[in-house]
Amino acid sequence: MKSFTYERAETLEQAAGIVAANAEAKFIAGGTNLLDLMKLEIETPRHLVDINHLGLDRIEETEDGGLKIGALVRNTDLAADVRVRRDYAVLTRALVAGASGQLRNKATTAGNLLQRSRCPYFYDPSKPCNKRDPGSGCSALEGHSRTLAVVGTSDHCISQHPSDMAVALRALDARVNVMSARGGEKSLTLDEFYRLPGETPHIETVLQHGDLITGVTLPKPVKGVHFYRKVRDRASYAFALVSVAAVVDEDGREGRYAFGGIAPRPWTAGGEARAEGGASVIAARALDGARPTGENVFKLPLLERTLKAVLKDAAQTSGK
Amino acid sequence: MNSEDTASATPRMSVTLTVNGKDEHLTIDPRVTLLDALRDHLGLTGTKKGCDHGQCGACTVHVNGRRINSCLTLAVMHEGEDVTTIEGLGTPEHMHALQQAFVERDAFQCGYCTPGQICSAAAVIEEIEAGIPSHVTPDLGDVQFSDEEVRERMSGNLCRCAAYPNIIAAIRDVREGGKA
Ligand SMILES: Cc1cc2nc3c(=O)[nH]c(=O)nc-3n(C[C@H](O)[C@H](O)[C@H](O)COP(=O)(O)OP(=O)(O)OC[C@H]3O[C@@H](n4cnc5c(N)ncnc54)[C@H](O)[C@@H]3O)c2cc1C
Ligand code: SF4
Ligand code: FES
Ligand code: FES
Repeated sequence: MKSFTYERAETLEQAAGIVAANAEAKFIAGGTNLLDLMKLEIETPRHLVDINHLGLDRIEETEDGGLKIGALVRNTDLAADVRVRRDYAVLTRALVAGASGQLRNKATTAGNLLQRSRCPYFYDPSKPCNKRDPGSGCSALEGHSRTLAVVGTSDHCISQHPSDMAVALRALDARVNVMSARGGEKSLTLDEFYRLPGETPHIETVLQHGDLITGVTLPKPVKGVHFYRKVRDRASYAFALVSVAAVVDEDGREGRYAFGGIAPRPWTAGGEARAEGGASVIAARALDGARPTGENVFKLPLLERTLKAVLKDAAQTSGK
Repeated sequence: MNSEDTASATPRMSVTLTVNGKDEHLTIDPRVTLLDALRDHLGLTGTKKGCDHGQCGACTVHVNGRRINSCLTLAVMHEGEDVTTIEGLGTPEHMHALQQAFVERDAFQCGYCTPGQICSAAAVIEEIEAGIPSHVTPDLGDVQFSDEEVRERMSGNLCRCAAYPNIIAAIRDVREGGKA
């Protein structure tokens, strides 16, 4: 690990100010992604600003009946919150489908959103990777791409976004709240927050250096049957090949859907979570323009079948 | 770690941790993980380093009562916090119920993963009591102890010797004996 200095921030403004003023500084939250990458020298900050003690660890109700989740709320606490379990079960389900109990006890809401690629070449500094080393090339295009994205990709990067939580947040139309170091707050949808790779896959979000995520806001609960179905190589403790977050209306005709494992950000059918129709219609819209590789073309039928299974379960649950 | 970098002077920092009930003052490089602080600076080698990347669970300890991977956190981030390691859970003379049950059930072979398994298991029993749901919980409002719950919740602790069936049996014994 490269050497760095460390400080514990006392206020939000101070934390954002320190990072904004130092191009080599970074925030550290749970540390479960950042330290992993620092050990491999894929991330090399020279100064760490610890944001664990800024009071961003609360979940509060909003005036319009939704929830405001602090950026530092641990994944375990978010999954276990009684309001989330009752009104946003898709989010609890997605959280507990990710990582392990130990990791979820440390991982935070903001850190989870900002976790970086799990592409094997991103993790291998001996291989070209545009995301790790801009302009060096993409080893995955001609290499191992089984786990990678099939849609929303570019000739410069085909990495998928690895978060499970973010897929549920997309289905729920959550917004990310950001405090700018230059003053001002903004609230972004996930589609606004995450950038597609294009020619600059190393720039993953619209955040400016020093911008601090303060939390995530959920709109008021939507009625329906909540599901998170994750297909992976092991029964537990593995990233998604394909995942479906769904809140299906009681009559089964419409619902809210978001998809993981297939794109550089949580994905939807045609840019809207809300969709109607059967699995083949919705999957076809979600996969419109897909450019799979020979190794990951299986994700196309897998997505449709996973969605079909979810809709079948939804029909059974509603029929009970 | 690159040797040139190791030699370069990163200012050391002081940190106080309460480890197994005892205050420990350390002056360390901020790069030192909680795992390395425990093993290399405090001589508590019960906590093991398997992967050093959050993938195996051998380094599991409790911080402020919750299980975490000590390899993916910095010691300096835990100023004033309570750390419990396998040495703090029980001693050869006064074994924790889980330590006893692991012996009785032959829940290990080489034993390398065992401290992490036991620290994790102690937390798993509490997490189920506290109603924290898991991936296999059928009803999110009603969390019940079952072998399936234990298997899922212990999936962050790998065992190369595959002692899994006996690990589950040991945890079940402790839970049924109410000794956790
Ligand atoms: C073995 C293993 C398996 C895993 N499996 C899964 C899985 O199946 N599914 C899944 O979804 N995830 C999985 N993960 C990833 C895990 O969810 C992430 O590591 C975790 O969510 C990151 O959160 P953190 O708080 O630890 O982030 P950190 O490591 O602290 O931070 C990550 C990044 O976010 C930045 N950051 C953090 N907070 C803020 C903020 N408030 N404002 C601005 N920037 C911020 C940091 O500067 C850093 O760049 C796995 C991880 C491991 C190690
Ligand atoms: S897919 Fe993206 S992350 Fe993977 S090698 Fe190509 S540029 Fe790097
Ligand atoms: S050594 Fe920490 S998880 Fe493997
Ligand atoms: S007993 Fe050998 S690794 Fe588990």
